[in-house]
Amino acid sequence: MLNYTMRRLLFTIPTLLFISLIIFLLLDLAPNDPTGDLPLTIPPEVREKIRISLGLGEPIWVRYLLWCNQFFINEPLNMLGHMFNTCIGDCENRLRVSSWSTRSPVGDLIAERMPQTLWVVGMSYVIGILIAIPIGVYSAYRQYSWFDQAGTFVSMVGFSVPTFFTGVLMIVIFSVNLGWFPSKYDTLHVVTDWDSFVFQVRQSIMPVSVLALFNASQISRFMRASMLDNLNQDYVRTARAKGMTEQVVVLVHVLRNSLIPVVTVIALGVPQVFGGAIITEQVFSINGLGALLILGIQGADIPLVQTLTFIFAVLIVMFNLIADVLYGILDPRIRYD
Amino acid sequence: MTDAAAEKSSTRSQWADVWDQFKTHRGAVIGMAFFVFICLAVLLGPYLWTLDSNFIDIRSKNQGPSFAHPLGTDQLGRDTFSSVLQGGRVSLAVGVVAMALALFLGTLVGVVAGYFRKLDGPLMRLTDLFLALPILPLLLVIIMLFRDTLRGLFGPETGIFILIVFVIGITSWMHTARIVRGDVLALKEQEFVLAARSIGTPSRRMILRHILPNVMSPIMVSATLGIANAIITESALSFLGLGFPSDFPTWGRLLFDSTNFMTLNPERVIWPGLAISLTVLSVNYMGDGLRDALDPRIRGR
Repeated sequence: MLNYTMRRLLFTIPTLLFISLIIFLLLDLAPNDPTGDLPLTIPPEVREKIRISLGLGEPIWVRYLLWCNQFFINEPLNMLGHMFNTCIGDCENRLRVSSWSTRSPVGDLIAERMPQTLWVVGMSYVIGILIAIPIGVYSAYRQYSWFDQAGTFVSMVGFSVPTFFTGVLMIVIFSVNLGWFPSKYDTLHVVTDWDSFVFQVRQSIMPVSVLALFNASQISRFMRASMLDNLNQDYVRTARAKGMTEQVVVLVHVLRNSLIPVVTVIALGVPQVFGGAIITEQVFSINGLGALLILGIQGADIPLVQTLTFIFAVLIVMFNLIADVLYGILDPRIRYD
Repeated sequence: MTDAAAEKSSTRSQWADVWDQFKTHRGAVIGMAFFVFICLAVLLGPYLWTLDSNFIDIRSKNQGPSFAHPLGTDQLGRDTFSSVLQGGRVSLAVGVVAMALALFLGTLVGVVAGYFRKLDGPLMRLTDLFLALPILPLLLVIIMLFRDTLRGLFGPETGIFILIVFVIGITSWMHTARIVRGDVLALKEQEFVLAARSIGTPSRRMILRHILPNVMSPIMVSATLGIANAIITESALSFLGLGFPSDFPTWGRLLFDSTNFMTLNPERVIWPGLAISLTVLSVNYMGDGLRDALDPRIRGR
């Protein structure tokens, strides 16, 4: 298992390098010019100077290697130094990946936006899982009952209706017509006492429930299918024959085994949830990572877009690895060697 | 009745069995009926409801439902009903064409990887790489970068259409490729393939005559899921403001435009969103029914 994990970890390095190269080339070979948005009155020689000051004068492979150096070496060193309040090496003059529009390091921008995204996305995922598992278990246990039919229908709807429609619909119903919740998410809000905590909960309810509904409908389908696979197995009959109570049979024996594939599905879903949050953040004007990406795209801020896209890729590769390793650990029948 | 006709009615084809099984899935039948209805409405609707979706009648702006405008009007007095019909044409066209592109690529990669052992490794690593790409951010980036060039080359509408169909197509073929490859690997070990090879069938005919017809069922299931996926992706892109231009309505674009008038005219949000949701829902139900109908383990029961 350890051997397999190490092999997979080693394989992620070329994968990530290749993906970063694709993103880099895509941004670089694109026909539009980063100075294209500047006023037309700027004379060509000044424009050329701006390009050089943005670092565009060097050949492409130099810029790629510089970006790699900044992203893979300088940024982690800086993060470590920041974490322990020390300075590792030449931390004053170390070049960092910096945004073109704000001139500040991209790492700082991301660190600023991360908590909002993590709060909304993380909450919605946890709540989605907590809703999905009991629903999946019960609808599989009572297959074809009215609860199962209703659950399957609701999960089909939750899975098909895009989050930008559910979000907008919720705003129309609960903010515009009923006025229960604020339609915009105030990220500057700080929780200090009970009232501000209540406000925080009220403003998170809509975005969290939109994403939670979407996640829950996906996970509950997997949970139901996985329970159905296990309920007809021989070991279930054995457990019943030994005289175990129905509760123990379903909730201990079957549930534990059915959770194995579901756990990997949950791990695989994490990056998708981050991607889906781009849209939800736009609907509720949460200024998280997704909003930062959209801002960067609109402002043609190439280092920012590059780094963010690459971080999404890292998330996907990392959680694929986690899912594979978890599968091997949880299921003793699976051995990768 | 001649002998040949009698024989034909006694031996049922595989597809008749599939259709019988498909009919027992209530959701799938309703889904298919609704999908056909939407397609017909979108294709024929603009001929019956002749009001132009770009006709501006500023004096009747922001109206509610009435006989003249069944779904109301927008902030410039354009008829919402004809916009939804017109937008559906584009949304469905994007869905179908992008799905066809993704299926073509996925089937090609899957069959080639499964059939030719030497290409299996590299092609599957390529598939893994594509699966590791962050699709939505990448789509946004590609559209930002190539929008203006393609607009210049093909005109504002066709350029964006080509771009969106192309990017959705080349970023959603991977699942089809994996499923098709698995099926081809299993098929290759069967006797009829050996028999065909022993009489000297060349690879090209082997694939077209013997392999492809037998992997049709996973391809058809991927097709339905592909349409749903492409419609949602296109709407999401339009919703983020990176899709079609505003005077060229699609369901996602209509939804995006109407969110600005949410407090003034809340029901305007409902129609395009409902159209997207119901279409995707019906396509997903169709896919579910098709999967059950094409699964021989279930069909026997």
